[in-house]
Amino acid sequence: MDAGILIFLSSGIFLGWSLGANDAANVFGTAVATRMVRFTTAALVCGVFVALGAVFSGAGATHTLGALGSVNALPGAFMAALSAALTVYAMTHAGLPVSTSQAIVGAIVGWNLFSGFPTDLEALGKIAATWVACPLLAGFLGALVYRITAAVMRRTRIHLLRLDAYTRSGLILAGAFGSYSLGANNIGNVMGVFVEANPFSTFSVEGLFNFTGVQQLFLLGAVAIGVGVFTYSRRVMTTIGAGLMPLSPIGAWIVVIAHSLVLFLFASEGLEHLLASHGLPTIPLVPVSSSQAVVGAVVGIGLMKGGSDLQWRSLLGVASGWITTPVIACLVCFVCLFFLQNVFQQQVYRDSAYEISPAVLERLERQGVATTDLTALQGRRVAGVRAFRKLLAQTTELGPQNEREVISAARIASIELEPSRIEALDTAWLSPNQLDALRALSGRRFAHRWALAEALAAKSKAWRTRPDTIANKLYNRSIRRKLDYLYQHLGPATAPGSSR
Amino acid sequence: MRLFNRTKQLESWIDELLNTVSEAGLVFCEAIKLYLGDGISERYDQRLQQVMQQESRGDELCRDIEQAIYRETLIPDSRQDVLQLLEALDDIINKFQEVLWYFSIETPDIPTELLGDYQELTEQSTEAVERLVLASRAFFRDPGAVNDHLHKVRFYESEADETVTRLRKRIFSTDLPLPNKIHLRFFAERIVWISDLAEDVAEQLVIYSIKRLV
Repeated sequence: MDAGILIFLSSGIFLGWSLGANDAANVFGTAVATRMVRFTTAALVCGVFVALGAVFSGAGATHTLGALGSVNALPGAFMAALSAALTVYAMTHAGLPVSTSQAIVGAIVGWNLFSGFPTDLEALGKIAATWVACPLLAGFLGALVYRITAAVMRRTRIHLLRLDAYTRSGLILAGAFGSYSLGANNIGNVMGVFVEANPFSTFSVEGLFNFTGVQQLFLLGAVAIGVGVFTYSRRVMTTIGAGLMPLSPIGAWIVVIAHSLVLFLFASEGLEHLLASHGLPTIPLVPVSSSQAVVGAVVGIGLMKGGSDLQWRSLLGVASGWITTPVIACLVCFVCLFFLQNVFQQQVYRDSAYEISPAVLERLERQGVATTDLTALQGRRVAGVRAFRKLLAQTTELGPQNEREVISAARIASIELEPSRIEALDTAWLSPNQLDALRALSGRRFAHRWALAEALAAKSKAWRTRPDTIANKLYNRSIRRKLDYLYQHLGPATAPGSSR
Repeated sequence: MRLFNRTKQLESWIDELLNTVSEAGLVFCEAIKLYLGDGISERYDQRLQQVMQQESRGDELCRDIEQAIYRETLIPDSRQDVLQLLEALDDIINKFQEVLWYFSIETPDIPTELLGDYQELTEQSTEAVERLVLASRAFFRDPGAVNDHLHKVRFYESEADETVTRLRKRIFSTDLPLPNKIHLRFFAERIVWISDLAEDVAEQLVIYSIKRLV
């Protein structure tokens, strides 16, 4: 790999290291501080399971971050991750409550503002809602698990010493689950911004399975988290365990379980699939703050005990962090991107040309967007999203959603289906019908991404999305991911080694 | 698996210590009864020997449990409480032995009309210890039930206090010479100290059990 690419990835690695140093303490802090679990055992279990969670279940929550803003150039991704890391570092240093999830979201919005790409307000709203839901849900689960545990202990009358042995085993198991959930949910914070500009490519391991580029990226992030756990988390674990959470080992186990469940709920594609397949509403897959989940669970237990020991100031700190962290990260990212672009002459985002063609107008009409005013722009090609948005604003009044539809439809992608590039695709991931449809379009060019999607859908139903219902959510997401993969590989400005 | 085996052994040691305290109470009660009936006899000496062995075994168990708990870093949050409780229970066996030695060495001459009061006082004190042992067992397995036993410890302790007050009055209303009266009071106070000690441990146990609840 190019050394330059590694330099750009270093900010994500730094963010991963700090996540490992800080958030591992949420999982094993009390267990280690109370000497129920040895630090080396905790660090080993945490490192291994964070990596497993990141590699095998990290995609779900990352996808939502991608929907918020697709940071499409490596220097831009570097700066977004660095801004988030600097914000986390500075706020931690100042003793203010901070969350990596909230910092990275602020940084992505900062990148959107700098690059001119519109922010998906729906995705932002969904993410912000989960920040509020995360500690509430953790509190509810903490209270529930507390009640169940207390009832079981009353019924079973386990000897104190045997309970101690069970608690030790329980803390390790819950810690492993918590680490897996942490890796799955929070890897998006660490490496999510690099997904669009991912420098790794898919390779096959002895023909047994494919190790995708994103999985390699996530593994790198997970290794950084693991190094953070081994090198720095001991001190944080001792602080958290001894100072902030005066809980018994069983109380600590309840907190870890509640925290892990919350992170798992907000990261598990399997659970989402299960809910969706039964027609039940799904839980949004969003990176959430593990520290806030811990605070929520402690509050839940505290309320069950009567609430007299609760420190309400800590809750106020959590709520203030929802606003201050993303705003600071957003500002830091914006300013740093300015310097990176203008002082260090780095391309922090990849822009395209935009054109309102008759085909684009026709598509927009099909999508229900009013095109009367847009016809005046027909035939005009504009370079850059900022200029195009300015032109749109001068021509017509579009809401945020319609504006995004127009930008997306008018963006020129120039996709060329060269036979050699089709054959170089990950054929194991695409179904035979999907591959046949692609081959049938071999040699054709498409001016827009959606044009390729429509042509493929016309050729085969294997490329068609289904009506937008809960039950079809996962199927449609799978089709969209494959289409994104095609755009990255067959588009003109392919990032080095980009992959799904 | 090693941890679970070790835990099993420790559980049996703790149970054995609690049994020892309980049995020492029964033997103590029996020994006092023998003394009140026949004075120092061969059977009394046998009971004293029995309590001495129990005291020695109690010390041994306490030491082993303490070492194992520290060596294996077990129950870190309640380690101090458990060790203090076990040491306090072991102290009660020491007290049983101490009182029996006093009887054996000083052989107090107890008037017949006071024998019933001494007997009653001994039974109340040993009953308080017995309830304390039950509360201690509950502490290890069912901390919510500790209070059910502790209020009985308090009951027997206050009964013993009433008895010893009555006994003191009766001792000092006899025609015995003052040194004899003081000697008899000394023995009554030694017996009631056992129930006082049981109550002190019970008060600590309340705190320990609150800390043990999740």
